[in-house]
Amino acid sequence: MTGTDVTVTIAAPTQAPGQGMRLTLADAVLGRPGAPVLRGLDLDVAPGEILTVVGPSGCGKSTLLRTLAGLLPPLGGRLSQDGAPLEGPAADRALVFQEDALLPWRSLRANVELPLAVRGVARTERRARAEDWLARVGLTEHAGRLPHHVSGGQRQRAQLARALAGRPRAVLMDEPFGALDAQTRAGMQQLLVTVLHGTRATVVFVTHDVDEALFLGDRVALLGTGRVLDVPRPRDRGASADPATVALRREVLASLGDRPGA
Amino acid sequence: MSAPASARSVPAPPAAVVPGPVFPGRRPWPGARHARRTAAVLAALAVWQLLAQFRVDLWLRFSQFPTVIETAREFGRRLGTATYWQDVSDSLTRIVAGFALAAVLGVAVGTAIARSSVASDLLGPLLEVLRPIPAIALVPVAILLFPSNEQGIVFITFAAAFFPVTVSTRHAVRALTPVWEEAVRTMGGGRWRVLWSVVLPGALPGILGGLSVGIGVSWICVISAEMISGEYGVGYRTWQDYTIVDYPGVFVGMATIGLLGRLTSTAVELLGRRLTRWLPRTASGTVTYPGGRLHRRAAGRVRAGAGGAVDAATLRREREPS
Repeated sequence: MTGTDVTVTIAAPTQAPGQGMRLTLADAVLGRPGAPVLRGLDLDVAPGEILTVVGPSGCGKSTLLRTLAGLLPPLGGRLSQDGAPLEGPAADRALVFQEDALLPWRSLRANVELPLAVRGVARTERRARAEDWLARVGLTEHAGRLPHHVSGGQRQRAQLARALAGRPRAVLMDEPFGALDAQTRAGMQQLLVTVLHGTRATVVFVTHDVDEALFLGDRVALLGTGRVLDVPRPRDRGASADPATVALRREVLASLGDRPGA
Repeated sequence: MSAPASARSVPAPPAAVVPGPVFPGRRPWPGARHARRTAAVLAALAVWQLLAQFRVDLWLRFSQFPTVIETAREFGRRLGTATYWQDVSDSLTRIVAGFALAAVLGVAVGTAIARSSVASDLLGPLLEVLRPIPAIALVPVAILLFPSNEQGIVFITFAAAFFPVTVSTRHAVRALTPVWEEAVRTMGGGRWRVLWSVVLPGALPGILGGLSVGIGVSWICVISAEMISGEYGVGYRTWQDYTIVDYPGVFVGMATIGLLGRLTSTAVELLGRRLTRWLPRTASGTVTYPGGRLHRRAAGRVRAGAGGAVDAATLRREREPS
Protein backbone atom coordinates (compact mmCIF):
# COMPACT_ATOMS: atom_id res chain seq x y z
CA MET A 1 0.00 0.00 0.00
CA THR A 2 2.67 2.48 -0.91
CA GLY A 3 1.83 5.92 -2.17
CA THR A 4 -1.87 5.38 -2.80
CA ASP A 5 -4.52 7.57 -1.31
CA VAL A 6 -6.94 4.66 -1.47
CA THR A 7 -6.10 3.69 2.08
CA VAL A 8 -7.03 7.16 3.24
CA THR A 9 -10.46 6.89 1.68
CA ILE A 10 -10.94 3.44 3.17
CA ALA A 11 -10.10 4.79 6.59
CA ALA A 12 -12.94 7.28 6.38
CA PRO A 13 -15.92 5.50 4.89
CA THR A 14 -18.77 7.87 4.41
CA GLN A 15 -22.36 7.36 3.33
CA ALA A 16 -23.38 10.94 2.75
CA PRO A 17 -25.25 11.46 -0.52
CA GLY A 18 -22.95 12.52 -3.33
CA GLN A 19 -20.20 10.43 -1.83
CA GLY A 20 -18.91 7.20 -3.24
CA MET A 21 -20.51 3.94 -2.30
CA ARG A 22 -18.74 1.01 -0.72
CA LEU A 23 -19.39 -2.21 -2.60
CA THR A 24 -18.58 -5.48 -0.94
CA LEU A 25 -18.78 -9.06 -2.07
CA ALA A 26 -18.07 -11.83 0.42
CA ASP A 27 -17.74 -15.45 -0.66
CA ALA A 28 -20.02 -14.62 -3.56
CA VAL A 29 -21.14 -17.05 -6.26
CA LEU A 30 -22.12 -15.25 -9.44
CA GLY A 31 -23.65 -16.30 -12.73
CA ARG A 32 -26.92 -17.33 -14.23
CA PRO A 33 -29.03 -19.84 -12.28
CA GLY A 34 -27.53 -23.27 -12.82
CA ALA A 35 -24.45 -21.82 -14.50
CA PRO A 36 -22.16 -20.17 -11.93
CA VAL A 37 -19.21 -18.35 -13.48
CA LEU A 38 -17.48 -17.02 -10.38
CA ARG A 39 -17.22 -18.78 -7.02
CA GLY A 40 -15.94 -17.71 -3.66
CA LEU A 41 -15.35 -14.15 -4.74
CA ASP A 42 -14.28 -11.62 -2.13
CA LEU A 43 -14.02 -8.01 -3.18
CA ASP A 44 -14.16 -4.75 -1.31
CA VAL A 45 -14.43 -1.57 -3.31
CA ALA A 46 -13.77 1.48 -1.16
CA PRO A 47 -15.91 4.60 -1.50
CA GLY A 48 -14.55 6.88 -4.20
CA GLU A 49 -11.91 4.52 -5.53
CA ILE A 50 -11.47 3.47 -9.12
CA LEU A 51 -11.11 -0.28 -9.27
CA THR A 52 -10.27 -1.75 -12.62
CA VAL A 53 -11.01 -5.40 -13.20
CA VAL A 54 -9.02 -7.35 -15.76
CA GLY A 55 -9.22 -10.90 -16.87
CA PRO A 56 -9.44 -12.94 -20.03
CA SER A 57 -12.75 -13.01 -21.83
CA GLY A 58 -15.22 -15.44 -20.37
CA CYS A 59 -13.82 -15.13 -16.83
CA GLY A 60 -16.95 -13.44 -15.54
CA LYS A 61 -16.08 -9.75 -15.74
CA SER A 62 -19.44 -8.81 -17.20
CA THR A 63 -21.21 -11.14 -14.79
CA LEU A 64 -19.55 -9.31 -11.89
CA LEU A 65 -20.69 -5.92 -13.17
CA ARG A 66 -24.22 -7.01 -13.95
CA THR A 67 -24.45 -8.44 -10.46
CA LEU A 68 -23.20 -5.20 -8.92
CA ALA A 69 -25.72 -3.31 -11.06
CA GLY A 70 -28.46 -5.49 -9.65
CA LEU A 71 -29.47 -7.00 -12.98
CA LEU A 72 -28.31 -10.46 -11.94
CA PRO A 73 -29.04 -11.76 -8.42
CA PRO A 74 -26.07 -13.48 -6.77
CA LEU A 75 -26.32 -17.27 -6.52
CA GLY A 76 -24.64 -17.30 -3.14
CA GLY A 77 -22.61 -15.33 -0.64
CA ARG A 78 -23.13 -11.78 0.51
CA LEU A 79 -23.36 -8.70 -1.59
CA SER A 80 -23.67 -5.32 0.06
CA GLN A 81 -23.58 -1.60 -0.57
CA ASP A 82 -22.41 0.49 2.36
CA GLY A 83 -22.96 -2.55 4.55
CA ALA A 84 -26.61 -3.04 3.60
CA PRO A 85 -27.67 -5.90 1.33
CA LEU A 86 -27.62 -4.91 -2.33
CA GLU A 87 -30.92 -5.39 -4.07
CA GLY A 88 -32.13 -4.93 -7.63
CA PRO A 89 -31.12 -2.13 -10.00
CA ALA A 90 -31.19 1.38 -8.55
CA ALA A 91 -30.41 4.85 -9.78
CA ASP A 92 -27.43 5.29 -7.47
CA ARG A 93 -25.53 2.54 -9.31
CA ALA A 94 -25.15 3.49 -12.97
CA LEU A 95 -24.04 0.98 -15.56
CA VAL A 96 -22.21 1.90 -18.77
CA PHE A 97 -22.46 -0.83 -21.37
CA GLN A 98 -19.93 -1.95 -23.92
CA GLU A 99 -22.59 -2.20 -26.58
CA ASP A 100 -24.61 0.76 -27.69
CA ALA A 101 -27.26 1.10 -25.01
CA LEU A 102 -28.56 4.51 -26.03
CA LEU A 103 -32.20 4.45 -27.04
CA PRO A 104 -32.01 4.98 -30.82
CA TRP A 105 -35.27 6.94 -31.04
CA ARG A 106 -34.10 9.57 -28.57
CA SER A 107 -31.65 12.35 -29.34
CA LEU A 108 -28.41 12.34 -27.37
CA ARG A 109 -29.88 15.08 -25.18
CA ALA A 110 -33.06 13.10 -24.55
CA ASN A 111 -30.96 10.05 -23.71
CA VAL A 112 -28.94 11.98 -21.16
CA GLU A 113 -32.16 13.39 -19.71
CA LEU A 114 -33.64 9.93 -19.25
CA PRO A 115 -32.19 9.02 -15.84
CA LEU A 116 -33.32 12.45 -14.60
CA ALA A 117 -36.79 11.90 -16.04
CA VAL A 118 -36.94 8.53 -14.27
CA ARG A 119 -36.19 10.31 -11.01
CA GLY A 120 -38.90 12.86 -11.70
CA VAL A 121 -36.64 15.88 -12.14
CA ALA A 122 -38.60 18.81 -13.63
CA ARG A 123 -38.25 19.39 -17.36
CA THR A 124 -36.25 22.63 -17.29
CA GLU A 125 -33.79 21.44 -14.71
CA ARG A 126 -33.47 18.13 -16.51
CA ARG A 127 -32.66 19.94 -19.73
CA ALA A 128 -30.08 22.18 -18.07
CA ARG A 129 -28.32 19.29 -16.36
CA ALA A 130 -28.28 17.25 -19.56
CA GLU A 131 -26.78 20.16 -21.47
CA ASP A 132 -24.18 20.57 -18.75
CA TRP A 133 -23.12 16.94 -19.00
CA LEU A 134 -23.12 16.97 -22.77
CA ALA A 135 -20.83 19.98 -22.63
CA ARG A 136 -18.47 18.19 -20.26
CA VAL A 137 -18.08 15.30 -22.70
CA GLY A 138 -17.85 17.69 -25.66
CA LEU A 139 -21.15 16.86 -27.32
CA THR A 140 -22.93 20.21 -27.12
CA GLU A 141 -23.21 20.63 -30.86
CA HIS A 142 -24.45 17.07 -31.34
CA ALA A 143 -27.04 17.21 -28.55
CA GLY A 144 -30.02 17.15 -30.89
CA ARG A 145 -28.76 14.28 -33.04
CA LEU A 146 -29.94 10.71 -32.98
CA PRO A 147 -27.41 8.11 -31.76
CA HIS A 148 -26.94 6.52 -35.18
CA HIS A 149 -26.06 9.89 -36.68
CA VAL A 150 -22.93 10.25 -34.55
CA SER A 151 -19.74 8.17 -34.34
CA GLY A 152 -19.16 5.24 -32.01
CA GLY A 153 -16.89 7.32 -29.81
CA GLN A 154 -19.50 10.05 -29.55
CA ARG A 155 -22.12 7.47 -28.64
CA GLN A 156 -19.92 6.18 -25.82
CA ARG A 157 -19.37 9.75 -24.61
CA ALA A 158 -23.14 10.23 -24.57
CA GLN A 159 -23.49 6.99 -22.59
CA LEU A 160 -20.95 8.28 -20.11
CA ALA A 161 -22.84 11.56 -19.79
CA ARG A 162 -26.08 9.66 -19.35
CA ALA A 163 -24.59 7.49 -16.60
CA LEU A 164 -23.15 10.45 -14.72
CA ALA A 165 -26.09 12.83 -15.19
CA GLY A 166 -28.09 10.93 -12.60
CA ARG A 167 -25.33 11.65 -10.03
CA PRO A 168 -24.81 8.00 -9.17
CA ARG A 169 -22.70 7.04 -6.18
CA ALA A 170 -21.20 4.15 -8.10
CA VAL A 171 -20.43 3.90 -11.80
CA LEU A 172 -20.04 0.42 -13.22
CA MET A 173 -18.37 0.31 -16.60
CA ASP A 174 -18.36 -2.83 -18.72
CA GLU A 175 -15.55 -2.46 -21.28
CA PRO A 176 -17.07 0.84 -22.34
CA PHE A 177 -14.31 1.57 -24.83
CA GLY A 178 -13.95 -1.99 -26.08
CA ALA A 179 -15.46 -1.32 -29.49
CA LEU A 180 -13.48 1.85 -30.16
CA ASP A 181 -10.29 2.28 -32.16
CA ALA A 182 -7.01 2.88 -30.29
CA GLN A 183 -6.94 6.63 -30.96
CA THR A 184 -10.50 7.25 -29.77
CA ARG A 185 -9.98 4.90 -26.85
CA ALA A 186 -6.99 6.91 -25.56
CA GLY A 187 -9.02 10.12 -25.81
CA MET A 188 -11.93 8.51 -23.97
CA GLN A 189 -9.68 7.31 -21.14
CA GLN A 190 -8.39 10.84 -20.69
CA LEU A 191 -11.93 12.21 -20.82
CA LEU A 192 -13.07 9.68 -18.24
CA VAL A 193 -10.34 10.73 -15.83
CA THR A 194 -11.33 14.36 -16.37
CA VAL A 195 -15.07 13.94 -15.85
CA LEU A 196 -14.66 11.59 -12.88
CA HIS A 197 -12.48 14.18 -11.22
CA GLY A 198 -14.94 16.17 -9.17
CA THR A 199 -17.48 13.40 -8.79
CA ARG A 200 -16.78 11.24 -5.77
CA ALA A 201 -18.40 8.20 -7.28
CA THR A 202 -16.93 4.78 -6.77
CA VAL A 203 -15.96 3.29 -10.12
CA VAL A 204 -15.69 -0.34 -11.10
CA PHE A 205 -14.22 -0.49 -14.58
CA VAL A 206 -13.98 -3.80 -16.38
CA THR A 207 -11.56 -4.21 -19.25
CA HIS A 208 -9.42 -6.80 -20.99
CA ASP A 209 -6.81 -4.14 -21.78
CA VAL A 210 -4.02 -4.22 -19.19
CA ASP A 211 -2.69 -0.76 -20.07
CA GLU A 212 -6.15 0.74 -19.76
CA ALA A 213 -6.54 -0.95 -16.39
CA LEU A 214 -3.22 0.43 -15.14
CA PHE A 215 -3.88 3.89 -16.50
CA LEU A 216 -7.34 4.28 -14.98
CA GLY A 217 -7.25 2.22 -11.82
CA ASP A 218 -6.31 3.07 -8.27
CA ARG A 219 -6.25 -0.67 -7.85
CA VAL A 220 -6.38 -3.46 -10.37
CA ALA A 221 -8.25 -6.65 -9.58
CA LEU A 222 -7.12 -9.73 -11.47
CA LEU A 223 -10.27 -11.70 -11.75
CA GLY A 224 -9.86 -15.43 -11.42
CA THR A 225 -6.61 -15.13 -9.44
CA GLY A 226 -8.06 -13.52 -6.37
CA ARG A 227 -5.33 -10.86 -6.41
CA VAL A 228 -5.75 -7.12 -6.20
CA LEU A 229 -2.79 -4.86 -7.00
CA ASP A 230 -2.25 -1.23 -6.05
CA VAL A 231 -1.28 1.12 -8.83
CA PRO A 232 1.18 3.93 -8.05
CA ARG A 233 -0.08 7.45 -8.62
CA PRO A 234 -0.20 9.99 -10.17
CA ARG A 235 -1.59 8.52 -13.34
CA ASP A 236 0.39 9.51 -16.35
CA ARG A 237 0.86 7.92 -19.71
CA GLY A 238 4.55 8.77 -19.50
CA ALA A 239 4.76 6.61 -16.42
CA SER A 240 4.24 3.50 -18.50
CA ALA A 241 8.02 3.53 -19.01
CA ASP A 242 8.54 3.89 -15.27
CA PRO A 243 10.23 0.75 -13.88
CA ALA A 244 7.59 0.27 -11.20
CA THR A 245 4.82 0.39 -13.77
CA VAL A 246 6.68 -1.93 -16.09
CA ALA A 247 7.09 -4.40 -13.27
CA LEU A 248 3.42 -4.10 -12.38
CA ARG A 249 2.41 -4.55 -15.97
CA ARG A 250 4.57 -7.65 -16.23
CA GLU A 251 3.00 -8.98 -13.06
CA VAL A 252 -0.53 -8.43 -14.38
CA LEU A 253 0.22 -10.02 -17.72
CA ALA A 254 1.95 -12.96 -16.06
CA SER A 255 -0.96 -13.61 -13.73
CA LEU A 256 -3.37 -13.51 -16.63
CA GLY A 257 -1.18 -15.80 -18.70
CA ASP A 258 -0.82 -18.26 -15.81
CA ARG A 259 -4.46 -19.01 -15.86
CA PRO A 260 -4.95 -22.44 -17.37
CA GLY A 261 -7.25 -22.39 -20.36
CA ALA A 262 -7.18 -18.61 -20.60
CA MET B 1 -38.11 9.00 -71.82
CA SER B 2 -34.69 7.94 -70.63
CA ALA B 3 -33.94 8.71 -67.06
CA PRO B 4 -30.16 8.36 -67.17
CA ALA B 5 -29.88 10.79 -70.08
CA SER B 6 -31.91 13.46 -68.32
CA ALA B 7 -29.94 12.90 -65.13
CA ARG B 8 -26.74 13.65 -66.97
CA SER B 9 -28.16 16.87 -68.36
CA VAL B 10 -28.84 18.20 -64.85
CA PRO B 11 -25.86 20.30 -63.75
CA ALA B 12 -24.19 18.94 -60.63
CA PRO B 13 -24.79 21.23 -57.65
CA PRO B 14 -21.76 22.89 -56.09
CA ALA B 15 -19.88 20.45 -53.88
CA ALA B 16 -20.02 22.61 -50.76
CA VAL B 17 -23.81 22.66 -50.72
CA VAL B 18 -24.34 18.94 -51.31
CA PRO B 19 -25.35 17.42 -47.96
CA GLY B 20 -24.68 13.81 -48.83
CA PRO B 21 -23.14 11.70 -51.54
CA VAL B 22 -24.49 12.11 -55.04
CA PHE B 23 -25.04 8.98 -57.08
CA PRO B 24 -24.34 9.84 -60.68
CA GLY B 25 -26.55 8.11 -63.20
CA ARG B 26 -28.73 6.65 -60.47
CA ARG B 27 -30.85 9.67 -59.78
CA PRO B 28 -33.66 9.76 -62.35
CA TRP B 29 -35.57 12.83 -63.38
CA PRO B 30 -37.70 13.70 -60.31
CA GLY B 31 -41.04 13.20 -62.09
CA ALA B 32 -39.97 9.99 -63.82
CA ARG B 33 -41.27 7.59 -61.23
CA HIS B 34 -44.51 9.51 -60.86
CA ALA B 35 -45.01 9.46 -64.64
CA ARG B 36 -44.29 5.73 -64.76
CA ARG B 37 -46.85 5.02 -62.04
CA THR B 38 -49.52 7.09 -63.76
CA ALA B 39 -48.75 5.43 -67.08
CA ALA B 40 -49.21 1.96 -65.54
CA VAL B 41 -52.68 2.87 -64.24
CA LEU B 42 -53.69 4.52 -67.52
CA ALA B 43 -52.54 1.49 -69.50
CA ALA B 44 -54.65 -0.83 -67.34
CA LEU B 45 -57.69 1.43 -67.81
CA ALA B 46 -57.10 1.50 -71.57
CA VAL B 47 -57.01 -2.30 -71.76
CA TRP B 48 -60.24 -2.50 -69.77
CA GLN B 49 -61.88 0.07 -72.03
CA LEU B 50 -60.90 -1.78 -75.20
CA LEU B 51 -61.89 -5.22 -73.91
CA ALA B 52 -65.29 -3.96 -72.76
CA GLN B 53 -65.95 -1.71 -75.73
CA PHE B 54 -65.28 -4.44 -78.30
CA ARG B 55 -67.08 -7.03 -76.18
CA VAL B 56 -64.17 -9.42 -76.26
CA ASP B 57 -65.18 -13.00 -75.42
CA LEU B 58 -62.07 -15.11 -75.43
CA TRP B 59 -62.74 -17.65 -72.66
CA LEU B 60 -62.81 -14.66 -70.27
CA ARG B 61 -66.00 -12.82 -71.20
CA PHE B 62 -65.99 -9.06 -71.23
CA SER B 63 -69.24 -8.66 -73.16
CA GLN B 64 -71.26 -7.81 -70.04
CA PHE B 65 -68.58 -5.47 -68.67
CA PRO B 66 -69.37 -1.77 -68.46
CA THR B 67 -66.68 0.29 -70.13
CA VAL B 68 -64.42 2.66 -68.28
CA ILE B 69 -66.33 5.59 -69.72
CA GLU B 70 -69.71 4.22 -68.61
CA THR B 71 -68.33 3.55 -65.16
CA ALA B 72 -66.77 7.00 -64.93
CA ARG B 73 -70.03 8.62 -66.00
CA GLU B 74 -71.92 6.67 -63.34
CA PHE B 75 -69.26 7.54 -60.79
CA GLY B 76 -69.66 11.22 -61.59
CA ARG B 77 -73.43 10.99 -61.24
CA ARG B 78 -73.22 9.23 -57.88
CA LEU B 79 -70.75 11.72 -56.46
CA GLY B 80 -73.61 14.22 -56.65
CA THR B 81 -75.98 12.07 -54.58
CA ALA B 82 -76.35 12.17 -50.81
CA THR B 83 -76.67 8.38 -50.68
CA TYR B 84 -73.13 7.89 -51.99
CA TRP B 85 -71.61 10.07 -49.28
CA GLN B 86 -73.79 8.46 -46.66
CA ASP B 87 -72.40 5.06 -47.74
CA VAL B 88 -68.82 6.32 -47.68
CA SER B 89 -69.14 7.92 -44.27
CA ASP B 90 -70.85 4.84 -42.82
CA SER B 91 -68.11 2.55 -44.07
CA LEU B 92 -65.38 4.88 -42.84
CA THR B 93 -66.97 5.21 -39.41
CA ARG B 94 -67.13 1.43 -39.08
CA ILE B 95 -63.55 0.87 -40.12
CA VAL B 96 -62.16 3.66 -37.97
CA ALA B 97 -64.03 2.39 -34.92
CA GLY B 98 -63.13 -1.27 -35.47
CA PHE B 99 -59.54 -0.60 -36.39
CA ALA B 100 -58.89 1.82 -33.52
CA LEU B 101 -60.26 -0.75 -31.11
CA ALA B 102 -58.08 -3.45 -32.66
CA ALA B 103 -54.98 -1.25 -32.55
CA VAL B 104 -55.36 -0.43 -28.86
CA LEU B 105 -56.37 -3.91 -27.70
CA GLY B 106 -53.98 -5.66 -30.08
CA VAL B 107 -50.98 -3.71 -28.81
CA ALA B 108 -52.08 -4.19 -25.20
CA VAL B 109 -52.68 -7.93 -25.53
CA GLY B 110 -49.57 -8.51 -27.69
CA THR B 111 -47.39 -6.69 -25.17
CA ALA B 112 -48.94 -8.50 -22.23
CA ILE B 113 -48.36 -11.90 -23.85
CA ALA B 114 -44.77 -11.06 -24.70
CA ARG B 115 -43.91 -9.62 -21.28
CA SER B 116 -45.83 -11.77 -18.84
CA SER B 117 -45.88 -15.53 -18.63
CA VAL B 118 -49.20 -15.41 -16.80
CA ALA B 119 -50.81 -13.43 -19.63
CA SER B 120 -49.15 -15.73 -22.12
CA ASP B 121 -50.57 -18.83 -20.41
CA LEU B 122 -54.04 -17.37 -20.01
CA LEU B 123 -54.48 -15.74 -23.40
CA GLY B 124 -52.01 -17.51 -25.68
CA PRO B 125 -53.82 -20.82 -26.30
CA LEU B 126 -57.18 -19.06 -26.62
CA LEU B 127 -55.87 -16.67 -29.23
CA GLU B 128 -54.12 -19.44 -31.15
CA VAL B 129 -57.45 -21.26 -31.51
CA LEU B 130 -59.39 -18.13 -32.45
CA ARG B 131 -56.79 -16.80 -34.87
CA PRO B 132 -57.39 -19.20 -37.78
CA ILE B 133 -61.10 -18.33 -37.89
CA PRO B 134 -61.65 -15.87 -40.71
CA ALA B 135 -63.20 -12.71 -39.33
CA ILE B 136 -65.98 -12.90 -41.88
CA ALA B 137 -66.96 -16.33 -40.55
CA LEU B 138 -67.78 -14.56 -37.30
CA VAL B 139 -70.83 -12.92 -38.88
CA PRO B 140 -73.26 -15.41 -37.27
CA VAL B 141 -71.52 -14.88 -33.91
CA ALA B 142 -71.75 -11.12 -34.37
CA ILE B 143 -75.47 -11.36 -35.16
CA LEU B 144 -76.06 -13.43 -32.02
CA LEU B 145 -73.87 -11.27 -29.79
CA PHE B 146 -74.76 -7.73 -30.70
CA PRO B 147 -78.14 -6.02 -30.52
CA SER B 148 -77.48 -3.95 -33.65
CA ASN B 149 -76.02 -4.71 -37.07
CA GLU B 150 -73.82 -1.70 -36.74
CA GLN B 151 -72.02 -3.06 -33.67
CA GLY B 152 -71.74 -6.43 -35.37
CA ILE B 153 -69.93 -4.94 -38.34
CA VAL B 154 -67.55 -3.00 -36.11
CA PHE B 155 -66.87 -6.23 -34.24
CA ILE B 156 -66.01 -8.06 -37.48
CA THR B 157 -63.71 -5.21 -38.50
CA PHE B 158 -62.08 -5.30 -35.10
CA ALA B 159 -61.61 -9.07 -35.20
CA ALA B 160 -59.95 -8.82 -38.61
CA ALA B 161 -57.30 -6.33 -37.53
CA PHE B 162 -56.84 -7.56 -33.97
CA PHE B 163 -54.83 -10.68 -34.77
CA PRO B 164 -52.24 -9.17 -37.12
CA VAL B 165 -51.68 -6.36 -34.62
CA THR B 166 -51.42 -8.74 -31.64
CA VAL B 167 -49.06 -11.14 -33.37
CA SER B 168 -46.75 -8.46 -34.73
CA THR B 169 -46.69 -6.68 -31.36
CA ARG B 170 -45.81 -9.91 -29.60
CA HIS B 171 -42.93 -10.57 -31.97
CA ALA B 172 -41.69 -6.99 -31.90
CA VAL B 173 -41.70 -6.86 -28.10
CA ARG B 174 -39.90 -10.20 -27.82
CA ALA B 175 -37.27 -9.09 -30.32
CA LEU B 176 -36.36 -5.94 -28.39
CA THR B 177 -32.68 -5.46 -27.67
CA PRO B 178 -32.38 -6.43 -23.97
CA VAL B 179 -29.74 -3.79 -23.27
CA TRP B 180 -32.27 -0.97 -23.77
CA GLU B 181 -34.41 -2.31 -20.97
CA GLU B 182 -31.42 -3.00 -18.76
CA ALA B 183 -30.20 0.56 -19.26
CA VAL B 184 -33.51 1.98 -18.06
CA ARG B 185 -33.70 -0.46 -15.15
CA THR B 186 -30.22 0.56 -13.95
CA MET B 187 -31.50 4.14 -13.93
CA GLY B 188 -34.04 2.98 -11.39
CA GLY B 189 -36.87 2.73 -13.89
CA GLY B 190 -39.72 0.42 -12.94
CA ARG B 191 -42.13 -1.69 -14.95
CA TRP B 192 -44.17 1.19 -16.32
CA ARG B 193 -41.18 3.35 -17.13
CA VAL B 194 -39.68 0.45 -19.09
CA LEU B 195 -43.00 -0.06 -20.86
CA TRP B 196 -43.39 3.59 -21.90
CA SER B 197 -39.77 4.47 -22.54
CA VAL B 198 -38.46 1.25 -24.05
CA VAL B 199 -41.01 -1.40 -24.95
CA LEU B 200 -43.58 0.65 -26.82
CA PRO B 201 -41.24 2.97 -28.76
CA GLY B 202 -38.81 0.12 -29.46
CA ALA B 203 -41.52 -2.23 -30.70
CA LEU B 204 -43.26 0.45 -32.72
CA PRO B 205 -41.63 -0.36 -36.09
CA GLY B 206 -42.82 -3.97 -35.75
CA ILE B 207 -46.24 -2.94 -34.47
CA LEU B 208 -46.69 -0.69 -37.49
CA GLY B 209 -46.18 -3.70 -39.75
CA GLY B 210 -49.13 -5.32 -38.00
CA LEU B 211 -51.21 -2.15 -38.27
CA SER B 212 -50.53 -1.98 -42.01
CA VAL B 213 -51.63 -5.57 -42.51
CA GLY B 214 -54.52 -5.02 -40.12
CA ILE B 215 -55.99 -2.03 -41.90
CA GLY B 216 -55.98 -3.97 -45.18
CA VAL B 217 -57.71 -7.01 -43.69
CA SER B 218 -60.16 -4.77 -41.81
CA TRP B 219 -61.15 -3.06 -44.98
CA ILE B 220 -61.83 -6.37 -46.72
CA CYS B 221 -63.91 -7.49 -43.78
CA VAL B 222 -65.94 -4.32 -43.35
CA ILE B 223 -66.98 -4.51 -47.02
CA SER B 224 -67.82 -8.21 -46.78
CA ALA B 225 -69.75 -7.73 -43.56
CA GLU B 226 -71.71 -4.89 -45.13
CA MET B 227 -72.56 -7.11 -48.09
CA ILE B 228 -73.99 -9.69 -45.72
CA SER B 229 -75.71 -7.64 -43.07
CA GLY B 230 -75.31 -3.94 -43.64
CA GLU B 231 -77.65 -1.03 -44.00
CA TYR B 232 -75.87 1.60 -46.00
CA GLY B 233 -72.15 1.37 -46.55
CA VAL B 234 -70.10 0.90 -49.71
CA GLY B 235 -70.20 -2.91 -49.48
CA TYR B 236 -73.96 -2.93 -48.97
CA ARG B 237 -74.48 -0.59 -51.98
CA THR B 238 -72.22 -2.64 -54.24
CA TRP B 239 -74.13 -5.81 -53.45
CA GLN B 240 -77.45 -4.02 -53.93
CA ASP B 241 -76.33 -2.84 -57.37
CA TYR B 242 -75.37 -6.39 -58.26
CA THR B 243 -78.77 -7.77 -57.27
CA ILE B 244 -80.53 -5.22 -59.46
CA VAL B 245 -78.07 -5.86 -62.32
CA ASP B 246 -76.63 -2.35 -62.25
CA TYR B 247 -73.12 -3.29 -63.42
CA PRO B 248 -71.72 0.23 -63.76
CA GLY B 249 -72.91 0.75 -60.17
CA VAL B 250 -71.03 -2.38 -59.07
CA PHE B 251 -67.86 -1.06 -60.66
CA VAL B 252 -68.33 2.35 -59.04
CA GLY B 253 -68.60 0.50 -55.74
CA MET B 254 -65.38 -1.39 -56.42
CA ALA B 255 -63.54 1.74 -57.44
CA THR B 256 -64.74 3.39 -54.25
CA ILE B 257 -63.61 0.42 -52.16
CA GLY B 258 -60.23 0.54 -53.84
CA LEU B 259 -59.79 4.26 -53.33
CA LEU B 260 -60.93 4.25 -49.71
CA GLY B 261 -58.74 1.22 -49.00
CA ARG B 262 -55.80 3.03 -50.47
CA LEU B 263 -56.66 6.12 -48.45
CA THR B 264 -56.83 4.27 -45.13
CA SER B 265 -53.64 2.27 -45.81
CA THR B 266 -51.79 5.45 -46.77
CA ALA B 267 -52.98 7.14 -43.61
CA VAL B 268 -51.57 4.30 -41.48
CA GLU B 269 -48.39 4.28 -43.55
CA LEU B 270 -47.85 8.03 -43.16
CA LEU B 271 -48.56 7.91 -39.46
CA GLY B 272 -46.06 5.10 -39.17
CA ARG B 273 -43.35 6.95 -41.03
CA ARG B 274 -43.94 10.00 -38.87
CA LEU B 275 -43.62 7.99 -35.69
CA THR B 276 -40.50 6.11 -36.76
CA ARG B 277 -38.46 8.91 -38.26
CA TRP B 278 -35.64 7.85 -35.97
CA LEU B 279 -35.08 4.60 -37.85
CA PRO B 280 -31.71 4.66 -39.60
CA ARG B 281 -31.92 4.59 -43.37
CA THR B 282 -29.37 3.27 -45.82
CA ALA B 283 -28.18 5.37 -48.76
CA SER B 284 -30.80 3.76 -50.99
CA GLY B 285 -33.54 4.88 -48.60
CA THR B 286 -34.45 1.47 -47.20
CA VAL B 287 -34.95 1.34 -43.49
CA THR B 288 -32.64 -0.83 -41.43
CA TYR B 289 -33.95 -1.84 -38.09
CA PRO B 290 -31.19 -1.17 -35.57
CA GLY B 291 -31.94 -3.65 -32.83
CA GLY B 292 -28.76 -2.34 -31.27
CA ARG B 293 -26.68 -4.89 -33.13
CA LEU B 294 -23.32 -3.34 -33.83
CA HIS B 295 -22.27 -5.73 -36.55
CA ARG B 296 -25.34 -5.06 -38.67
CA ARG B 297 -24.91 -1.32 -38.51
CA ALA B 298 -21.21 -1.62 -39.15
CA ALA B 299 -21.96 -3.75 -42.22
CA GLY B 300 -24.26 -1.02 -43.51
CA ARG B 301 -21.59 1.58 -43.00
CA VAL B 302 -19.05 -0.47 -44.92
CA ARG B 303 -21.48 -0.95 -47.77
CA ALA B 304 -22.27 2.75 -47.96
CA GLY B 305 -18.60 3.64 -47.75
CA ALA B 306 -17.42 1.24 -50.42
CA GLY B 307 -20.25 1.57 -52.90
CA GLY B 308 -21.42 5.09 -52.34
CA ALA B 309 -19.70 7.97 -50.63
CA VAL B 310 -16.14 7.61 -51.84
CA ASP B 311 -16.90 6.73 -55.44
CA ALA B 312 -19.59 9.33 -55.76
CA ALA B 313 -17.45 12.13 -54.40
CA THR B 314 -14.59 11.23 -56.71
CA LEU B 315 -16.84 11.00 -59.72
CA ARG B 316 -18.50 14.28 -58.91
CA ARG B 317 -15.16 16.03 -58.72
CA GLU B 318 -14.16 14.54 -62.03
CA ARG B 319 -17.33 15.64 -63.71
CA GLU B 320 -17.01 19.24 -62.68
CA PRO B 321 -15.01 20.91 -65.44
CA SER B 322 -14.52 24.39 -63.93
